[in-house]
Amino acid sequence: MFFALIESSRSALMSIFAHRLRSFLTTLGIIIGVASVIAVISVTQGMSAFIGETFASLGTNSLTIQSYTPFEDQMKGIRARLTPDDLELIERRADGIASITPILYANRSSQIKYGSQTAFSQIMGTTYAYQDVAQSYTQAGRFLAQSDNLTRRRIAVIGEDVRENLSLPENPINEYVEIGGEWFKIVGLLDSMGDIMGMSRDDIVLVPYATMVSLQGNQARTDIQIQLSLSESAELEDVTTQLSTLLRNAHNLGSDEDDDFRIQTAEQLMEEFNQIIGMVTVVIGGIVGISLLVGGIGIMNIMLVSVTERTREIGICKAIGAKRHHILMQFLIEALLLSLLGGLIGLATGFGLGTLIANTIPGFPPASIPFWAIALALGFSGFVGVLFGILPAAKAANLDPIDALRYE
Amino acid sequence: MALIQLQGITKYYEMGSQVVKALDGIDIEVLKNDYLAFIGSSGSGKSTMLNILGCLDKPTDGQYHLNGTNVENLDQNELSEIRNKEIGFIFQSFNLLPRANALGNVMQPLIYRNIGLKQRKQVAMEALERVGLGDRTDHLPNQLSGGQRQRVAIARALVTHPSILLADEPTGNLDSRTTIEIMQLFDELHAEGHTLIVVTHEDEIAQHCQRIVEMKDGKIFNDQVVEKGTAELTS
Repeated sequence: MFFALIESSRSALMSIFAHRLRSFLTTLGIIIGVASVIAVISVTQGMSAFIGETFASLGTNSLTIQSYTPFEDQMKGIRARLTPDDLELIERRADGIASITPILYANRSSQIKYGSQTAFSQIMGTTYAYQDVAQSYTQAGRFLAQSDNLTRRRIAVIGEDVRENLSLPENPINEYVEIGGEWFKIVGLLDSMGDIMGMSRDDIVLVPYATMVSLQGNQARTDIQIQLSLSESAELEDVTTQLSTLLRNAHNLGSDEDDDFRIQTAEQLMEEFNQIIGMVTVVIGGIVGISLLVGGIGIMNIMLVSVTERTREIGICKAIGAKRHHILMQFLIEALLLSLLGGLIGLATGFGLGTLIANTIPGFPPASIPFWAIALALGFSGFVGVLFGILPAAKAANLDPIDALRYE
Repeated sequence: MALIQLQGITKYYEMGSQVVKALDGIDIEVLKNDYLAFIGSSGSGKSTMLNILGCLDKPTDGQYHLNGTNVENLDQNELSEIRNKEIGFIFQSFNLLPRANALGNVMQPLIYRNIGLKQRKQVAMEALERVGLGDRTDHLPNQLSGGQRQRVAIARALVTHPSILLADEPTGNLDSRTTIEIMQLFDELHAEGHTLIVVTHEDEIAQHCQRIVEMKDGKIFNDQVVEKGTAELTS
């Protein structure tokens, strides 16, 4: 049996390489199918691994609360808001919170100027607690202090990218930048945090919260974000429930009304991302399944033609002593090898494609193929080969030697 | 005991409503080291005879003992095994595998005997050298002349050391000079002790043999032993 297997593989390989172009075209369906699934999987897996790492670095014990307005209400001009009152309420009433800080995004211009340089950046008003919540520390100078907030000082802490974009000196401390027509003194430079999903986390400007409020003027309309980190003993779920109850009461929401805010955790975000990625993988997997099916039919078609074409050869082999299983095995293994080779080429192509995609899009995580994807791709293409090889192989094995010898 | 023993062999084909009697009650014995020719015009049943003798086809009726084995009750796989062990085929159109070189063609029957590659090569080389093609082993069939191709086919038939060599019009596709060469090779093989059965319609070929069986309408018409080597092949 083993002997026959080796001999059949030998002759199958010979026949595959004797018709290189035809073999390639035959297996093209499999190649394309496997290549596309591997490309997608390698990109999404790379992304998912990267997202996992990134969110782990964000810390799993931090929460973000922001207002949420359903699209329908947005159309009606209704805007849900989180207000400083909500912040105060949470600070006073909620348990299990280590640090809490409001974040107020600049709602007019995010323009920042230094000398003749102008840049756009994410300008946020926040408090000293931000460094605990966001795990963001300064590499030079100091962070925002509580007194900065109380006195509405015009100072700023900037990220690495902002410094570069504005061509600020290596040490930008005590330089002055212009934000919204006001001069701010730079007191601190943040540690570099890297990218998430191609978005820089170093392109930020932090100013004292109260300063930002005064810059924006009309305090009644402010919509803030609240970021907080949990104390070590606190359970994420308990805190979330507590916050939700507090805010629902504060916003006078009836039991049949939906939340007008969203409480997000890093973990939740990660799960959402992974869900999307999983869905994409499944959908593409389905499409690829179909293309592998079509590829398999292509192989069957060519194998049937090949059996007809080699009828006389089959007759010769039978005349000199080939048994049914010799012929069956030869054609089955030929189909199997064809689709496996297709699978391998597809694997390489797909990984190349994935790497290309990952490298072309700046900031995209590197592609990676998990072992199960390789096993799946090869297993599935092998299965297709056997499935669609059986019919032609059986046809060949059942040929009558005399008829086959006479075949012209 | 006779190497081949046929008793009351008949082979009927149904052609629509008509029944064609390709073989009609054949009784014949072939002994070891016989050099026998079946002759007859086309339609005389000699091709069917060859198919039956070569275990490619089964008779409608009658008994066939080959080297002591009753072939009657064997299935396709067992017949394949018998063909591999007992019979060496030499065809008019050579019937070589087009994509295998000379050595590969000669090695092919040994694969079905589960003989390893190294030994296969060695045995096949010996067979090729025997037919005088030791220097053409890596040529593909289409790179060889007709005579060389037939030599490869003869080597392939010899390589398994079969009890009989069955040749079907072995020189039908060859020119007269090559025909002489091939028939000389046959004579040598006979002298070495092989049993040869040649199916032909050419008297010159038949004259090489020691025994000529003439067929007509599916029956044996004449069966005579002749003096060896009387025929002169003219070019």
